[in-house]
Amino acid sequence: MSEPNGPGLRAAGPLLEVRDLVVHHGQLKALSGISLAVYPGEVYAIIGANGAGKSTLLRTIAGLHQPTEGTVSYEGRDITRVRPDKRATAGIGMVPEGRRLFPSLSLEENLKVGATYARKGPWTIERVFDLFPWMKERRGQKTAQMSGGEQQSVAIGRALVANPRVLLLDELSLGLAPVIVQRIYAMLPQVLESGVTVLLVEQDVSQALRVATRLQCMLEGRTTLEGTPAEVTRDQVEAAYFGVTDGSNH
Amino acid sequence: MAWVNAVIQGILTGGLYALFACGLSLLFGVMKVVNLAHGDLATVAGYVGVGVVAAFHLPFLWSVPVVVLAMAVLGYVLQRSVIQAALSRGELTTLIVTFGLSIVIENGLLQFFTSDSRGLAVGDSFTTASFSIGSQITIAWLDVYIFILAVVVLLALQYFLSGSKYGRLIRAVADDREAAQLSGANYRHVFGIAAAIAFGTVALAGMSYGLTTTIDPTTGTDTILLFAFAAVVIGGLGSLWGTLLGGIVLGVAQQIGAQINIGYEQLGGYVIFLLVLVVWPQGLTGRRAQS
Repeated sequence: MSEPNGPGLRAAGPLLEVRDLVVHHGQLKALSGISLAVYPGEVYAIIGANGAGKSTLLRTIAGLHQPTEGTVSYEGRDITRVRPDKRATAGIGMVPEGRRLFPSLSLEENLKVGATYARKGPWTIERVFDLFPWMKERRGQKTAQMSGGEQQSVAIGRALVANPRVLLLDELSLGLAPVIVQRIYAMLPQVLESGVTVLLVEQDVSQALRVATRLQCMLEGRTTLEGTPAEVTRDQVEAAYFGVTDGSNH
Repeated sequence: MAWVNAVIQGILTGGLYALFACGLSLLFGVMKVVNLAHGDLATVAGYVGVGVVAAFHLPFLWSVPVVVLAMAVLGYVLQRSVIQAALSRGELTTLIVTFGLSIVIENGLLQFFTSDSRGLAVGDSFTTASFSIGSQITIAWLDVYIFILAVVVLLALQYFLSGSKYGRLIRAVADDREAAQLSGANYRHVFGIAAAIAFGTVALAGMSYGLTTTIDPTTGTDTILLFAFAAVVIGGLGSLWGTLLGGIVLGVAQQIGAQINIGYEQLGGYVIFLLVLVVWPQGLTGRRAQS
């Protein structure tokens, strides 16, 4: 992958910025002070084991959780208290964990809902059909009968037709066979080419390392490692992922 | 012949029950609100219809769109304020809140209109005109009009829900509120629109009822709400055409009960209601809930 985040883009300031985010689920502290900055054109990957707080972080950025402390900024504006639907129309798109399609709607209707409040931009339902050609034939089908990989593609399409500036991808690989995961990630270059910035969460570390331009590893609600894939070594990632601290990494 | 007559009258009454039931079904299907004030709102529409006709000397048919529109606006406002506030505190809270609304409405009507029964005065020719088939079957045109109205309302609802932008959003929000928000939909607004439509249908139902018989402040809970619930349960929750089927089954069962013994009208309806609950708890058109 080329290096899209040159000094020019960086100078424009981050598209999405999270500062010292603390989120509770009831008594449980799910995030304890996470910070990150995503610049235009980046593919920012967050990796970590189950329960590290990755999904909570994305959901908080999308507005589905309210943080107890910290701020979320988008395009330089504080959006910590903004409703999720307003964030979506402002250009923060999300493919939620578990796909979350509308089961009583057809494939095409799912995409139409995604396009209802779309911003201006290159993505249309037709263009999604170009990206996933099998959809055109099966546009009238209910998505409940489709395979996991197909449903994941529909969920991506539904987010894309809204023409987001930044797309949050939550565990695209969840529950899918590796070959299907490969096929789904194959759409990423086209998405990036259309000018969409990506912030993704993955349990599959090698997949994340392949596509990311920058990454952060989380463990139990904290950042344990941050850098570009070139900067970090495999041992460092392993240690950060599992929380092994034998001192040899520092 | 008397039995045939009972079935025909039952089917026609079923149209009115479907009008009552479709709004109830829509509110439950979309936002899981069991609206215990549904019957009282129908009564309110009936009274407002009476009032509008009297106050503005409008012909009755002109008062229909006025009342429907007013009730739809009321539906949107109530949903965005009281009902949404209850929903945010849990689905069961809406039961208490709509029960409270029901009491407030009933007592308000008693205060303003006393407990006297009233009918919508539209002129005799409209409410009493009828035609006969043979010597024993007499069918009131009004019942036929109301049945046709019910079918038209259901068709319009189906067309709206499947073909329009807001219909699609209503179904999406009913499926997955969070996912709809991620697509930019303000679900509270969508809920408000669904409530506006439900209240519009209940206005039509209440005025139709006021034409066929007299209403008093307690008609809403004593009669309309129970019949609407029975029709929804018999037909199957969340199914539009199920409410028509449920309404017809309820209406026919009542008429057949009345044919056996004039005192068995209500009994006939509730026997079928219980029978369906035991044999098809999902309702006649209902599918088993998907896991």
